[in-house]
Amino acid sequence: MSKSSKKLTLSKKHNLTGWAFLAPGAILILIMSFIPMIRALLLSFQSGVGAQMKPCGIMNYTRMFKDTVFIQSIKNTFFYLIIQVPVMLIFALILASILNNKDLKFKGLFRTMIFLPCATSLVAYAIIFRSLFANNGLVNLVLVNLGILDQPYSFLTNTTSARIVIIIALLWRWTGYNMVFYLSGLQNIEYSIYEAAKIDGASAVQSFFRITVPLLKPTILLTAIMSTNGTLQLFDESVNLTNGGPANTSITMSHYIYDMSFKYVPNFGYSAAMSFLILILVAILAFLQMKVGDKRD
Amino acid sequence: MTKAKKFGMYLFLCIVSFISVFPLYWMVSAATNKSAEVISGRLVPGTYFIENLKNLLATQNIGRALGNSFKYSIILTLVSLVVCSLAGYGFEIYHDKAKDTVMSIILLAMMVPFVATMIPLFQMVSKAGWLNTTIGFILPTVSTPFLIMMFRQSARSFPHDIMEAARIDGLSELRIFFQMFMPTMRSTYAAAMTITFMNAWNSYLWPKVIMTDTTSQTMPMVVANLTEGYVTDYGMLMLAVLICTLPTAIVFFCLQNAFAEGITGAVK
Repeated sequence: MSKSSKKLTLSKKHNLTGWAFLAPGAILILIMSFIPMIRALLLSFQSGVGAQMKPCGIMNYTRMFKDTVFIQSIKNTFFYLIIQVPVMLIFALILASILNNKDLKFKGLFRTMIFLPCATSLVAYAIIFRSLFANNGLVNLVLVNLGILDQPYSFLTNTTSARIVIIIALLWRWTGYNMVFYLSGLQNIEYSIYEAAKIDGASAVQSFFRITVPLLKPTILLTAIMSTNGTLQLFDESVNLTNGGPANTSITMSHYIYDMSFKYVPNFGYSAAMSFLILILVAILAFLQMKVGDKRD
Repeated sequence: MTKAKKFGMYLFLCIVSFISVFPLYWMVSAATNKSAEVISGRLVPGTYFIENLKNLLATQNIGRALGNSFKYSIILTLVSLVVCSLAGYGFEIYHDKAKDTVMSIILLAMMVPFVATMIPLFQMVSKAGWLNTTIGFILPTVSTPFLIMMFRQSARSFPHDIMEAARIDGLSELRIFFQMFMPTMRSTYAAAMTITFMNAWNSYLWPKVIMTDTTSQTMPMVVANLTEGYVTDYGMLMLAVLICTLPTAIVFFCLQNAFAEGITGAVK
């Protein structure tokens, strides 16, 4: 009797210790993520400047769909998402499977060089690309000297090229990062599978599609969700590379929300409504990706 | 593999590596050249470094910005490692049904985009009088689901027998954590440190929101300010970009392997 009660108090004590250990982290996430999320939802049904907020029903939401700049920012963000994420992930996968080759020399050197862009800060790389693609930048200089262009092309003040520069910059910064995920995923695959496939006459392309892709599926799913999430929140590049221009045609959703809240006359209610839409979009896309990821089994 | 195929593979890797490294090389070489030389396409390092540095120091208070960035990032990294490793350890070592449920709710927070919480967070921080302070900077990202998950994963490999032995020897639970768990999980801490420090140093949106005073601005903010004029002094600008990149690059090089290992741990 006494023994069992002692055991109970001991496990109770353990249980409490566990809660004490995780309390600071869990409470901080509650206060810094979940509560603000709910407050943003409440705020999105209010309107006004500064502290004078009044309930306004769904006005913020109806306004959103008439706001041409916001619609443009959604289109831009999805343009970046749809082109950049698949290209980047496929490219990262190809690089990782080449670097996974056992006979390859200078593997570590190649890996470090391709991973190097990840060491730069987001603001820094955005400014480097902005300088390279400027009217008097290196890219124009090379193209003119090679005779491909007659005169410098202003990449950053033309809508399509501005968007493409953003995509090129994103690919440069993040491909190596995703490659490292795939490389570490590939290390869990027995190399002998590839050798067996080779003996059976499978080409490199076949073993890529039949072995690498299916076995890496969980990692691919993880990187797809992370990149989608990151691209939907794109901010630094839009601000520092193109400054949303020309005439807001390359602006991202986060950039526009920032401008609406802190650059112009602050309208927190409207901004909260727009940010809540991003939350819903992220949730839907993550859900879809998980569904697709499950189905391929 | 045929010779031609092999050659193609190496060529491909060399091109990709070149594209990866070139913009960084260009940054370094531009930082040592005059702006006019940069525009004229000079690609070799020059002798204008000191002049660029003088110009930079004359236009922006780089020392203060660097100091701020180091202060915010180091404090955030230290607090974050303690808070998240405690939580990850608590979730794994003392796990039961209730705690597993809490963990899966916490993982949901990973999907919450920062812009969705930014405005209420700003209101909260400004109401508390924490604009332009370190505490305001660190609060939103001090506890992250990703780090908690990482430490929870690594706690799985912490041997139970050793813990039991330590308990019998009368070590308190907290001392087991600080004296036994922390030293054995050095590589996880190194990976977590790299990720947290780099994120903290690079963060731009949140500091832009709360650091309203020029005296509390971070290095990325100051670098971004440099591009606002009509005429860009490329030499000076690239020097600023270089200075802003160095700390993360150094951390990255020192802890590169730990970083890759940490990612592997998180994927498993």
